[in-house]
Amino acid sequence: MRTFEYAVQAWDSIAANKGRAALTMLGVIIGVCAVILLIAIGEGARKYIWKELGELGTNILIVVPGKTAKEGGMHMGTSTVRKLVFDDARILERRSRYVEHAVPVVIGTAYVKYYGKNRDTYVVGVTEPYFDIRNLGIDVGRKFTAEEIDAKRRVCVLGRTVKNSLFGDKNPLGTLLSLGDAKYRVIGVMAKKGVTLGFDIDDVVLIPTTAARDLFDTDSLFNITLKVASESDMENAKRDIIAIIKRRHAGKEDFTIMSQDEMLAVMGKILRVLTSVLAGIAAISLLVGGIGIMNVMLISVKERTREIGIRKAVGAKNSDILMQFLTESVVLSAVGGLGGIGLSMALAWLITLVWENIPITITWWSVAAAFLFSAFVGIFFGVYPAKKAAGADPIVALRYE
Amino acid sequence: MVVLKGVKKSYGTGDGALEVLKGIDLDVKAGQYIAIMGPSGSGKSTLLHIIGCLDRPTSGTYHLGGLDVSQAAMDELAEIRNGKIGFVFQQFNLIARMPAWKNVELPLIYTAMPPPERKALATSMLRRVGLSHRYAHRPNELSGGEQQRVAIARALVNSPRLILADEPTGNLDSRSGADVISLFDELNAEGITIILITHDTGVAEKAHSIVTIRDGVFLRS
Repeated sequence: MRTFEYAVQAWDSIAANKGRAALTMLGVIIGVCAVILLIAIGEGARKYIWKELGELGTNILIVVPGKTAKEGGMHMGTSTVRKLVFDDARILERRSRYVEHAVPVVIGTAYVKYYGKNRDTYVVGVTEPYFDIRNLGIDVGRKFTAEEIDAKRRVCVLGRTVKNSLFGDKNPLGTLLSLGDAKYRVIGVMAKKGVTLGFDIDDVVLIPTTAARDLFDTDSLFNITLKVASESDMENAKRDIIAIIKRRHAGKEDFTIMSQDEMLAVMGKILRVLTSVLAGIAAISLLVGGIGIMNVMLISVKERTREIGIRKAVGAKNSDILMQFLTESVVLSAVGGLGGIGLSMALAWLITLVWENIPITITWWSVAAAFLFSAFVGIFFGVYPAKKAAGADPIVALRYE
Repeated sequence: MVVLKGVKKSYGTGDGALEVLKGIDLDVKAGQYIAIMGPSGSGKSTLLHIIGCLDRPTSGTYHLGGLDVSQAAMDELAEIRNGKIGFVFQQFNLIARMPAWKNVELPLIYTAMPPPERKALATSMLRRVGLSHRYAHRPNELSGGEQQRVAIARALVNSPRLILADEPTGNLDSRSGADVISLFDELNAEGITIILITHDTGVAEKAHSIVTIRDGVFLRS
């Protein structure tokens, strides 16, 4: 008997018991759907982060004080760490031909006030190239100039969130607002950047880094953000940076260079582990679905004992009976698998329709893996009932009531 | 065609063994039509199962069409049942969810015959037993007599040379029973060997010869 024939026979008997078959498949449908959707959400999150970080500029290196183990993220030997200072940034820009810009970044929080309205917000001290490096556009007004930075002018560029909460619809250009104890003149408003990875990039006030040094009364930098001329120079740039700062820090490598790619790789790794754990849990429900199939197949074998006897009497071999029942359970699980794929696609579509910002990316390999796994479940849980059917004594089976 | 020598069959082992057949010799020539009679528990069904290759004798030999099948493997027996023997049962033994023609087709799906030919053959067998108009009906939509005729069509579909019937009229009223028996007469007239078990002397008398079995042995007639 040919494989096609087994499938026809299997379909015949499944069709004779549609309701039961549908309920049995439901377990597999839910399992497959859960596996595919969870992987899709994990994959979507990974792609989303990739895209979001890409929007924050490319070919960027960030030097932070302290030696950080790349994998663990622990600070070590903090007592001997030398802070990064403004000169470090200036010298990097001057000495390395791979570094296009080196921006000394100072970050702190401050109370921003404008007539009765106020807000606790991040104040970021940067130099003028920072706007281009981080793809920060200016909506109205202008960014600060090199002269203003050198002269420690108290000017500021507002993020959208800060502007909206302090000024509403009014034009803030030219007004003075209080940042801590000092007054700053608003010269520009950033274009809306939105929320990236849970951080509201628009909830900031940008001021000249020199002014920030006074505002927070510190000489140490939060980080140095560097723009490298081209992607192929990233490694050269890193080498230069290490050599230059080490020389300035008495030969000690008490700082860490991070690149966007490395941050992405670490996050991607975390997400992948998370996704596999979730998919594994979903796969357990697929196994439970398989047990449901075994249960129904055992009932079916019992109910059809006489049919098995008849088939054997007219010439079915044990292997024919085995294959017939095995095919039946595989058809049940495979059709359930296809149903699960369909359901997962429908749900993915629905989810993106309702919540636009939940990233879902269904990958072909997850679909293939979930389907193959469901077929495997059908075989695995189908073998025992099928063996039971095949081993039935035809004489006893024919007399079965 | 069917030659049994000293066939014994016992169930179980050791002291608790139950010997159902205690040495059966039987020689049925091709084209013969014989009836086996005997009380319940005499071993006649067991004998028919052995002749039908559904079971194997504990000892003794059985040659079917010159071939020794007494110790053949299960798969070989399945092939023999499929190609050389047609069964008719008292309970009809049709598969309830399948229409008449699919029931008739059943033995053919275990052969290499392609589906269109199978369907054509099954249809012509239904016509042969006078049921072409019942082609798509399920067993529960057919009368007892009709069901048994479907079962006979199924037994005939692989053109076997031997038909084995276990009380084929046992569940039928006398008229349907008579129809079935006259169908057997026709088949026998075409040269098919028939061995049937019956309690009904009227049915048995249609056969060429009658053998009676009691306590696992034939009575000399």
